[in-house]
Amino acid sequence: MSQSYESITDLHHALVNKDVSATEITKATLADIHDHEDALNAYVTVNDEGALAQAAKVDEAGVDAGNLFSGVPVAFKDNLTTNGLLTTASSKILENFTPIYDADVVTRLQNAGAITIGKTNLDEFAMGASTETSYYGTSHNPWDVTKVPGGSSGGSAATVAARDVLASLGSDTGGSIRQPAAFNGIVGLKPTYGRVSRWGLIAFASSLDQIGPMTTNVTDAAAMMNVIAGRDDRDATSSTKAVPDYVAGLTGDIKGLKIGVPREFLGDGIDAGVKAQIKAAIKQLEDLGATVDEVSLPHSTHGIQAYYILGPSEASSNLQRFDGIRYGYRTQNAKNLDELYIKTRSEGFGDEVKRRIMLGTFALSAGAYDAFFMKAAKIRTLIIEDFNRVFKDYDVIVGPTAPTPAFGIGEETKDPMTMYMNDMLTVPANLAGLPAISVPAGLVDGLPVGLQVIGKAFDEEHVLNTAYAFEQHTNFHTLKPTMNEGGRA
Amino acid sequence: MNFQTTIGLEVHVELKTKSKIFSPSPVEFGDDPNANTNVIDWGYPGVLPTPNKGVVEYGMRAALALHANINQHMHFDRKNYFYPDNPKAYQVSQSDTPLAQNGWIEIDVNGTKKKIGIEEMHIEEDAGKNTHNPNGYSYVDLNRQGTPLIEIVSKPDIASPEEAYAYLDTLRQRIQFTGVSDVKMEEGSMRVDVNISIRPFGVDKFGTKTELKNLNSFNYVRKGLEYEEQRQQKVLLAGGEIQQETRRFDETTGETILMRVKEGADDYRYFPEPDIPDVVVADEWLEQIKADMPEMPEQRRERYVGELGLTDYDAMVLTQTKEMSDFFEAAVAAGADAKLTSNYLQGDVNAYLNDNHIDLQDTKLTPANLASMIKLQMDGTISSKMAKKVFKAVTDGEDPASYVKEHGLVQLSDPAQLQPIIDEILDNNAQSIEDFKNGKDRAVGFLVGQIMKQTHGQANPKVVNKLLMASLNAR
Amino acid sequence: MTVEPISRVEVEHVASLAKLSLTDEQAQKFTTQLDEIITMIEGLDEVDTDNVKPTTNMADATAILREDVAVNAHQKDALLNEAPETEDGFIKVPAIIDESEDA
Ligand SMILES: [Mg+2]
Ligand SMILES: [Zn+2]
Repeated sequence: MSQSYESITDLHHALVNKDVSATEITKATLADIHDHEDALNAYVTVNDEGALAQAAKVDEAGVDAGNLFSGVPVAFKDNLTTNGLLTTASSKILENFTPIYDADVVTRLQNAGAITIGKTNLDEFAMGASTETSYYGTSHNPWDVTKVPGGSSGGSAATVAARDVLASLGSDTGGSIRQPAAFNGIVGLKPTYGRVSRWGLIAFASSLDQIGPMTTNVTDAAAMMNVIAGRDDRDATSSTKAVPDYVAGLTGDIKGLKIGVPREFLGDGIDAGVKAQIKAAIKQLEDLGATVDEVSLPHSTHGIQAYYILGPSEASSNLQRFDGIRYGYRTQNAKNLDELYIKTRSEGFGDEVKRRIMLGTFALSAGAYDAFFMKAAKIRTLIIEDFNRVFKDYDVIVGPTAPTPAFGIGEETKDPMTMYMNDMLTVPANLAGLPAISVPAGLVDGLPVGLQVIGKAFDEEHVLNTAYAFEQHTNFHTLKPTMNEGGRA
Repeated sequence: MNFQTTIGLEVHVELKTKSKIFSPSPVEFGDDPNANTNVIDWGYPGVLPTPNKGVVEYGMRAALALHANINQHMHFDRKNYFYPDNPKAYQVSQSDTPLAQNGWIEIDVNGTKKKIGIEEMHIEEDAGKNTHNPNGYSYVDLNRQGTPLIEIVSKPDIASPEEAYAYLDTLRQRIQFTGVSDVKMEEGSMRVDVNISIRPFGVDKFGTKTELKNLNSFNYVRKGLEYEEQRQQKVLLAGGEIQQETRRFDETTGETILMRVKEGADDYRYFPEPDIPDVVVADEWLEQIKADMPEMPEQRRERYVGELGLTDYDAMVLTQTKEMSDFFEAAVAAGADAKLTSNYLQGDVNAYLNDNHIDLQDTKLTPANLASMIKLQMDGTISSKMAKKVFKAVTDGEDPASYVKEHGLVQLSDPAQLQPIIDEILDNNAQSIEDFKNGKDRAVGFLVGQIMKQTHGQANPKVVNKLLMASLNAR
Repeated sequence: MTVEPISRVEVEHVASLAKLSLTDEQAQKFTTQLDEIITMIEGLDEVDTDNVKPTTNMADATAILREDVAVNAHQKDALLNEAPETEDGFIKVPAIIDESEDA
């Protein structure tokens, strides 16, 4: 969007002051997206006509001065259903799927006047950490187009980093908002499980999935939370807890804040450059008046193992509905019902999705259930108890978001194990259902690094305010990518 | 060698809530295919289930009728399998924490009473409906998808096909009295899966069981089990082995036919449903449901005998179905004599239903009309003979009082009107008086006949008898 | 737990439960990869979970039950329109060979 607005508030003022119309900003945004699409492939679907029609309506009614999102273009991860607009979850199996219902978050943002600019690319069914498993091609990192944007919300991260839009929504099952936010130098928040309705989110793992904002700065993430958080009767797991004003909670004051740094988060396997940036960030927080202690989450090291049982188990069941009978892709050459199922699913799903369905089906099968699914569900309890213990004495937990900066495209796809280790630092918050944010914490070799802040359940306020305080005293969030090969150098 | 039989029954009962168990779509039958479906029923991506309070409440009512313990903290589980009528490819059911456990019902086989244990009762969603067509295609209607079901699993206490029949009959009756279901096998609101095994007396280990399918009435359940019991005995006596298999009951031959041999257990990969939070039944809610529990058949029977003076037998017959029992009570409440009402229901009404192959609630009979007819009979307005005619009118939905009036069916009971007629007939039948005096009782019958003829059958026989005897003795 | 390495036969059984067909190459690759993942996961063995309750639902409260009120969404036509094959208001599928599952 012509890179001229630094925040949603800036753009909002421009819209209210009529410096720019909703239609003008939408046109400029669409132009930027199309300009960048060759390099980034951040979108599965760009909503050219729909977005312009929505913008025209906003202009006709007049921009709502009391509504921050009135006339603001927003991108949605393509696993969020949009009424009348193709929704694929980046899978071939939904290549022709046009939902007749909006996800709750889409409804809320549209009611606030936001413009649905398009549907962003992701790892197929959000299964991946690089956006390389998308049926619609790999997305690229705008800081260095030879690198992955992370995943699975890679498209949502890349388009915000490229400043096509100021805000997008992602989903986070094991780090899929935070890791791409870190890789792209933007802010990404995974809210507490149950804080945001999952209605219309194409499920990966029902007990882990959460939708959250991806923005250029912390204030915008808080503003977006003000719109999307809250009970939805259509999602029985959504919480009835009152939603605070997250923007009002951003004081920037963290004097006396008690921060725990788990020693497990800065151990082996963390890139030295990343470690250095995160240590500097922690020092910064200390300088701002927070107290910092080393703590331990002893079972967090087993998080990745538990996650790779529980996530695929739930996924194997959630993805059984894709059978070619009621919607989506259907094989052309089935002679009987069983062939219809097998061919549709074998032709419609990519390898990573198949691998996880296989893993989950195995973990739930008669002989394996106790040793795998049940065992992991118990480890999950231990991980939750670890967090509870630390949160008795501490307000937030901080550490790196990802063990490395963005890696090269094709570098890790060969070996699923290496790829899975990417989620090591982010998965514990999903297993425990806790809110966690990634905020820009500088560059390593020209590539962004993210600082992760994890909070108590339903305490997004401390998480956001810690990130905000850090952001206010650094300039990392103002750095912008070049969209070239080899990055900024 | 003598064998003992063990029968297991799994009964599915559809609950007649207004909306589906996990979606607000209406629970209605007979509508156009897929008319009562939404994106949830179709298992669309991104949709989520919302548990229906009415289903938990109905389920608890049924559980209480089966004397089962209610689990006040429960969750749902997913049962995974692919089938076109199962849109999510998993059925949301309960396996770890069924709504209720450890119940029992008492059956009566030829006067012998026996308690049959109920292992558990859980709530779950029904599937849609597939229609198979010989053209090589099947057709799916998802209207039924998500209809709430309770599944009731018996303990291995049922020892004969007769007991199985009695168990089903009692189960149906008790559930029906709770008002949560129509419990009709013909309409599919009650479905029965049965398994049976036999073992020699004295052997502890159960024999290998076979499952029977296509049992579409209680009678077929009994017949199918009887056949299967015999078949298994023959196999064992011949030195053979029973295979774990599913067999189909053939209604025309009364035999069971092998469908498929089971190779190991199906792997449904059950796991707890992550999309629905645990369901907790607060003590107050449970107490409320207990307090609001409709009367069970045995309570009604007690009342019929104790308060209404009916025989045990009458009370038992009247409480066979809730419709009959409700009808009886409404008629009595409208002022009809209990014994007469009971007689009519077991006699004329029952005959009418049988002759017309119709259920009580599908007739034009109303408790008010039947009661009004019985009252006309009670106060002597009509004779029991006239009542037969009136009953026919009542089955056509007519009001007995107006019918009686229109057709001049009023009984002549006034002695002032009857005496002159009797005098006249006696005057004209001197021979009969003579016969009477000589002890020939037949003469009385002849004279009554003459009087009835004279009054076109409207004379009240009781009054006529009294007046006639007095007149005869006076002559 | 010293679990046997996952076998090709097991992988094929799991694939059939999941209604997936694997090419020879895929089956081989998946066997290796699944085995690697399962070996990784077996590290959980060292954690003592006796007397630990499993966590399988993350809702912060127990269910708020929906009142039993019927609402017809009148989505029939839109839904049928999305289905690959329909006839007379039914969803059409190739012949079903097996008998229906128990509800
Ligand atoms: Mg694209
Ligand atoms: Zn069942």
